[in-house]
Amino acid sequence: YTFECCYNSLTFLFFSFRRQDVLTVTPWLAPIVWEGTFNAEILDSAYRPLNLTVGVTAFAIGKYTRFVGRFLESAEKHFMKGYRVNYYIFTDNPETIPTVQLQPGRRLVIVPIKKYPSWQEISMRRMEAINKHIAETSHGEVDYLFCLDIDMVFYNAWGPETLGDIVAALHPGYFNVPRSQFPYERRSSSAAHIPDGEGDFYYGGAVFGGLVKKVYEFTKTCHMTILTDKANGIMAAWQEESHLNRHFLSHKPSKVLSPEYLWDDRKPKPPEIHLIRFSTVDKDYKEIRD
Amino acid sequence: MGDCFSLRARPCQARVNYTRQDVLTVTPWLAPIVWEGTFNAEILDSAYRPLNLTVGVTAFAIGKYTRFVGRFLESAEKHFMKGYRVNYYIFTDNPETIPTVQLQPGRRLVIVPIKKYPSWQEISMRRMEAINKHIAETSHGEVDYLFCLDIDMVFYNAWGPETLGDIVAALHPGYFNVPRSQFPYERRSSSAAHIPDGEGDFYYGGAVFGGLVKKVYEFTKTCHMTILTDKANGIMAAWQEESHLNRHFLSHKPSKVLSPEYLWDDRKPKPPEIHLIRFSTVDKDYKEIRD
Repeated sequence: YTFECCYNSLTFLFFSFRRQDVLTVTPWLAPIVWEGTFNAEILDSAYRPLNLTVGVTAFAIGKYTRFVGRFLESAEKHFMKGYRVNYYIFTDNPETIPTVQLQPGRRLVIVPIKKYPSWQEISMRRMEAINKHIAETSHGEVDYLFCLDIDMVFYNAWGPETLGDIVAALHPGYFNVPRSQFPYERRSSSAAHIPDGEGDFYYGGAVFGGLVKKVYEFTKTCHMTILTDKANGIMAAWQEESHLNRHFLSHKPSKVLSPEYLWDDRKPKPPEIHLIRFSTVDKDYKEIRD
Repeated sequence: MGDCFSLRARPCQARVNYTRQDVLTVTPWLAPIVWEGTFNAEILDSAYRPLNLTVGVTAFAIGKYTRFVGRFLESAEKHFMKGYRVNYYIFTDNPETIPTVQLQPGRRLVIVPIKKYPSWQEISMRRMEAINKHIAETSHGEVDYLFCLDIDMVFYNAWGPETLGDIVAALHPGYFNVPRSQFPYERRSSSAAHIPDGEGDFYYGGAVFGGLVKKVYEFTKTCHMTILTDKANGIMAAWQEESHLNRHFLSHKPSKVLSPEYLWDDRKPKPPEIHLIRFSTVDKDYKEIRD
């Protein structure tokens, strides 16, 4: 029956907006966003009239300021085009932040921040810093907020298909492996602990977001669990990413972005990934973290 | 064997329960389409129960339609939002004929007296106004979510928190699998419910819609306005308020769409896509009952 005619509501949409090779909705009915599941025009017509402002936080500490230029230039080409955007660049070194030409309605805000001694600490203090900044500033400036890693580049469109109350992204290294292999924190002494047999997905710490009020809430919760671990002398396996995964297990995201939105260029592209939108910049980790 | 809960659509112990490859499970604007096999009822319950929600239901039992109330309520008590607080708002011109039905704790029946209009079409179309008015006066302060259902229906299987969302519409059982050109949209451009050829996403049924009470307030207001516009212009849409609902949901996409499991018609043979019928028509003699 589906081959006779392509124009009925479900089969027409079948063939133009349909992915049969991947899961497109989670068991709690949050959409999983892949190329081929959405119509960018429909979403644009729904969201543009709302006159939204979308915020982006990114941390450029120490040598990581070298990534700011390329991050911003590529964001200007691909990130929420046509929308008002505020880039909040948190840095310990404001003078090294390059000047990048921005489209109308888009602005760069430098947020001075203290540099912690180790890269793990820097990484884990992001939750606190974001939370504090929302409370003091961005809650009154943006409707949605995305918290992204800075050492990344946009290669293709990142649009309103990503907007939602609480948005997480699938980590590119684990979207296609058995759950037992997810690098959750497994020690029960950690507040980020996820026991064997539990867990939905492995979310990446490099991309999360949502309504600014929701981001405020979950960065607060993650920061609390991070501090709890610190007080107990333990640091989770993958820093705040472990805490994020713990949080999203108990508080399911309302929308999940496929690894198109959080790719790692060092990985070969599998058939499920039709398009890479946001991906790592190749770097020497040893050199850059010290 | 192990656990292979991954995203590839290949046979896998943990995954095979939550995937439907034979139907569309998300709309092009990323609203989930709710079918059996797409959701885990336990996960949803654990997310929603702690919120202490109250879910409202409106249903209109006018004239002879009061005969359906008993069965509607009894079946709802078995299947509709079990374990949640529920308010049934039964709008009727004949309160004395509404039967007493035993309700579970946390669930109550509220009779809303309403005027009876002369024709069944008018009765049908005035529902939007009545629901809107009632939300403003009463239910906005009593419920978090509101579903507006037809009364001449019965619940056969679970209707749970998988149905909750900001703006919820349901696929009409007669049209979920036919070409869009055959959708019975209002085609006359003189109607405010007009949808031109080549436009439209789905054909939604007027017997089931809902969402956050604030959102239901907004769209019943809009639909009532377009209905009045048509009335002033001496035109009545092809399928009454259902036509207006479809016009509205074309311009303001629902955030969640229920499959025809949630709005079935027992006179139709069950196709392979329908694994479970949750809410369906009661067989009746339309001619007899509408007068």
